Amino acid sequence: MAFHAPASVADSPAPRVPRPQLGELFVAFAKMSLAGFGGVLMWARRGIVEKHRWMTADEFNDTFALCHFLPGPNIVNLSVVFGARIRGIPGALAAFTGLVAPPVLIVTILAALYARYGEIDALRRTLAGVTCVAVGLLFAVGFKMMLPLLRKRDPVAVLLLVAVFVAIGVLRLPLPAVLSVMAPLGIAASYLIRRRRAP
Amino acid sequence: MNGSDPSLGSLTATFALMSLFAIGGANAAVPEIHRIVVDVHHWLTDVQFADAYAIAQLSPGPNVLIVTLIGYHVAGIAGAMVATLAMCGPTAVLAYVVSRMLGRASRSQWPAIIQAALVPLSIGLMCASGLILATTSDRTIGAALVTAAAAVLAAATRLNPLWLLIAGGILGFAGVV
Repeated sequence: MAFHAPASVADSPAPRVPRPQLGELFVAFAKMSLAGFGGVLMWARRGIVEKHRWMTADEFNDTFALCHFLPGPNIVNLSVVFGARIRGIPGALAAFTGLVAPPVLIVTILAALYARYGEIDALRRTLAGVTCVAVGLLFAVGFKMMLPLLRKRDPVAVLLLVAVFVAIGVLRLPLPAVLSVMAPLGIAASYLIRRRRAP
Repeated sequence: MNGSDPSLGSLTATFALMSLFAIGGANAAVPEIHRIVVDVHHWLTDVQFADAYAIAQLSPGPNVLIVTLIGYHVAGIAGAMVATLAMCGPTAVLAYVVSRMLGRASRSQWPAIIQAALVPLSIGLMCASGLILATTSDRTIGAALVTAAAAVLAAATRLNPLWLLIAGGILGFAGVV
């Protein structure tokens, strides 16, 4: 998933289909969000690239790469960046609200139910079972993301990965402290490796 | 936190700062959210945190919704709104600004270098999230087996995760975990 500055997007601000109105943006992102159990990315791609043809696959990859390397919830960042490209700040707000507001409403209702009935034994057992699976899903995502690094036999990347895992998962150190050491180290290492490969 | 009610301001400050360190998305921030919310502020117990994660996974929408649940637990509906906006707002603004800058900038190699460095970090964080949640939820052999089976099934097949989550709920209801 290489990152390219999205020059092609900037050069041709008009997508290949008519630019969606704010209401359309809101509805499209609300639909993607409500379809997304266990992750919205797949549905965002399907909606933006395949269904509405608001972006090509390459443009989508570039935009997602940007949102992935910035901190914060990736898909939320994507909605803002995409909405802004289509219709400026109002577009960003429409996409963001569509993505976040309907699920927040649902989750708030679930939170209220949990606050009221969370102590019931059958619900406790059920949620415990769901948690076990959710943790398994998390390991599976980590494993799938790790595969390309293992295939490339990139020792620096694997070392960074293991160091962060131990520091955060085993030693339970604070994230800001760990990242303020590991992020500069990682960036320096990947810069040096690139310079050595392509002088 | 000598027993005083955590205010909306505290929620805002906590999650606004957290969002800036969530490299690789909300799931990568789970260890830090757990550390702050359970160990530092004592807003939730270990079990409540695991429940919040499970409910967030069962709900449609972005993974960041675990923050909405925590906000609700701490300060009701206002807390849910404040926590969600604090977790999304700062990085949404950052993403907007950076995408505007890159739209005009020449093709720099720096984004690729930064990304190559941050991807392994975010994977390490996600595995740490799995470990921390597993230590609170996988206390029996049955629970550990369910986790392992879900991990293998999700990695090896293209099954919709929702079915696996529902199956987990049924197994839990039946008393397997």
